[in-house]
Amino acid sequence: MNTTTQKELLIQVRDFSLTYKTRLGPLSAVDHVSFDLYKGEIVGLVGESGCGKSTLGKALLRMMPPQAVASGEILFRGENILTFDERRIRDFRGRCVSMIFQDPMTSLNPVQRVDEHLIEAIQVHEPRTPVETALERARALIGRLGIQERRLKDYPHQLSGGMRQRVMIALGLVLNADLIVADEATTSLDVIVEAKLLDQFRELRDEFGITILLITHNIALVAEIADRIAVMYAGQMVEIGPVTEVFAEPRHPYTRGLLASVPTVSLDERQELFKMGGEPPNLTHPPAGCRFHPRCPQAMPICAQREPRLSPVAPDHLVHCWLYPSPDSEVPA
Amino acid sequence: MNTAAHPEEWLVEVEGLKKWFPVQQGLLNRLLAAGKQEYVHAVDGVSFKIRRGEVFGLAGESGSGKSTTGRLVVRMETPTEGTVRFAGQDITTLQGDALRRLRSRMQIIYQDPMASLNPRMTLGEAIGYGLKIHAPDLPAAERHQRVVDMLEKVGLAPAQYFYTKFPHQISGGQRQRAVIARALVTNPDLILADEPIAMADVSVRALLLDLMNQLKREFNLTYLFITHDLATAKYICDRLGIMYLGKLVEVGELRELYAHPLHPYTQALLAAVPVPDPRRRRKQAMPAGEIPNPIHPPSGCRFHPRCPWATERCAQEEPAMRELRPGHPVACHYAERSLEG
Repeated sequence: MNTTTQKELLIQVRDFSLTYKTRLGPLSAVDHVSFDLYKGEIVGLVGESGCGKSTLGKALLRMMPPQAVASGEILFRGENILTFDERRIRDFRGRCVSMIFQDPMTSLNPVQRVDEHLIEAIQVHEPRTPVETALERARALIGRLGIQERRLKDYPHQLSGGMRQRVMIALGLVLNADLIVADEATTSLDVIVEAKLLDQFRELRDEFGITILLITHNIALVAEIADRIAVMYAGQMVEIGPVTEVFAEPRHPYTRGLLASVPTVSLDERQELFKMGGEPPNLTHPPAGCRFHPRCPQAMPICAQREPRLSPVAPDHLVHCWLYPSPDSEVPA
Repeated sequence: MNTAAHPEEWLVEVEGLKKWFPVQQGLLNRLLAAGKQEYVHAVDGVSFKIRRGEVFGLAGESGSGKSTTGRLVVRMETPTEGTVRFAGQDITTLQGDALRRLRSRMQIIYQDPMASLNPRMTLGEAIGYGLKIHAPDLPAAERHQRVVDMLEKVGLAPAQYFYTKFPHQISGGQRQRAVIARALVTNPDLILADEPIAMADVSVRALLLDLMNQLKREFNLTYLFITHDLATAKYICDRLGIMYLGKLVEVGELRELYAHPLHPYTQALLAAVPVPDPRRRRKQAMPAGEIPNPIHPPSGCRFHPRCPWATERCAQEEPAMRELRPGHPVACHYAERSLEG
């Protein structure tokens, strides 16, 4: 992993909020989130269903439904992608940031062969590329991903689940994107296939220096592969930091609960899982202040009144909690 | 219940169970390959027993036949070959009324509670429906009371509030609780739980596992727990069978199995489970390839094309189950290697 001094900033998310307009009123899916992504790192973005992790991941490609209202900034190499025009954003997607989804069967075109997918992806962005050149690039890439060359002529249904997901990765890589957003990309796979795909992610990072944002509900997966972990709850980023540190010493009460409820196969560990009370809030009417306060075992009066700031507790380790007030924020009364 | 006939207290005894599904073929293929019907060997000779009151798990990857085995045990499917005994009675070919009567004693909990619950029935109606069928003589007031009691038992309180709720009005975790309540209301002996918590979030999973454990003690239940997740299995199963491509490759007490996995496939499965500790990342390589096609399963040991230990013998001779450690049989020619540590 790069040391602090060499870190090259790739993405800066600044005070980003996203609200969906729904029948039941505005739904605050992402609430004032700020974080950075550096080149060549693997960051795990975790949280339970509905916490806004997928919404945030898609926002990095500016993929949001028309009825969504976004505020704040998402800077890619210093430029705010929220202000890009349609042509610019189309070129940005795929070439700068690409996305891999959970279900490759619905993401791949069932009547297109593997090579057609790859050639199309190249030619859409680089229309003057001859088919032979595009095919050559496709060959090199899938060889690198451990798919046999003859598979280029296969249709998606002829491939196994793991192989389909590797084709999706190839599609994400074929334009040399700097950032891959993998949204539950390994969730539908069996453990052994999943483990192999994770190895592949790590190799790709080491070899090409790409950045990977791994969005998952499986926290153990993040421990296995990521450099940093970001935890979301009810649309807010509650903790972000190096994996070794967050797993060794989680600071936010939600992170603590989450980590304690992860099952493991090792026999020496606790035989009881931690049981977190309550359920995530309805985001059309989120709780005031810290959104976790109704479920928080350590809630204080201030938690219900004001939202805490994401503030450092250690180098690179930020927590969104009144238990760790930052020096510049007002101390709770 | 007549337990005296079965002093050993085996609630379920499965012997040589097979289920082959015919492969649907197109017209052209049917004409060309006349009479050559192919089969998916979903379950291909599986034997095990489940003690009364224990949680027996079946684990394996998708396509290993674990769900089909579960469905055969509760007779949702009729076996192609082999026998299923339930509380000492051979139920392999049971039909009609006799089978329907048996159903109240074995209930199922599936993965997706939204798909298991009728969207147009309130929870109260859905849970009471099983009683209507299996205990038609029960007065309505008493049925209502039993549903209310059951709602409270699964933690859906106040029960009167949840009684009138529709599935879309409650959360996923609450829905799965309702499914559990519906399974338990007919007072069954055996619960087939097919990935019952796979869809729930981590924090909800712990609560559901806890509930299942607690209800098991309270109602003296036996679970057949089907899962792809060995980490989850640890918190509920007493014994576990590992399946691969229609075969049982290893069976043992949970702690014994996790501490001393004998089959190379079990070892790979355990090693593949991510550890929630960044300081202990997996180092060993994973077996090559993916689970093969069950229409033409590999010869000999079905794991041999992916096995790091495979030899010529493995491709020819199918390994039999051997009890290498007490109560811990394994189907591998070379499992002794695991004993050497």
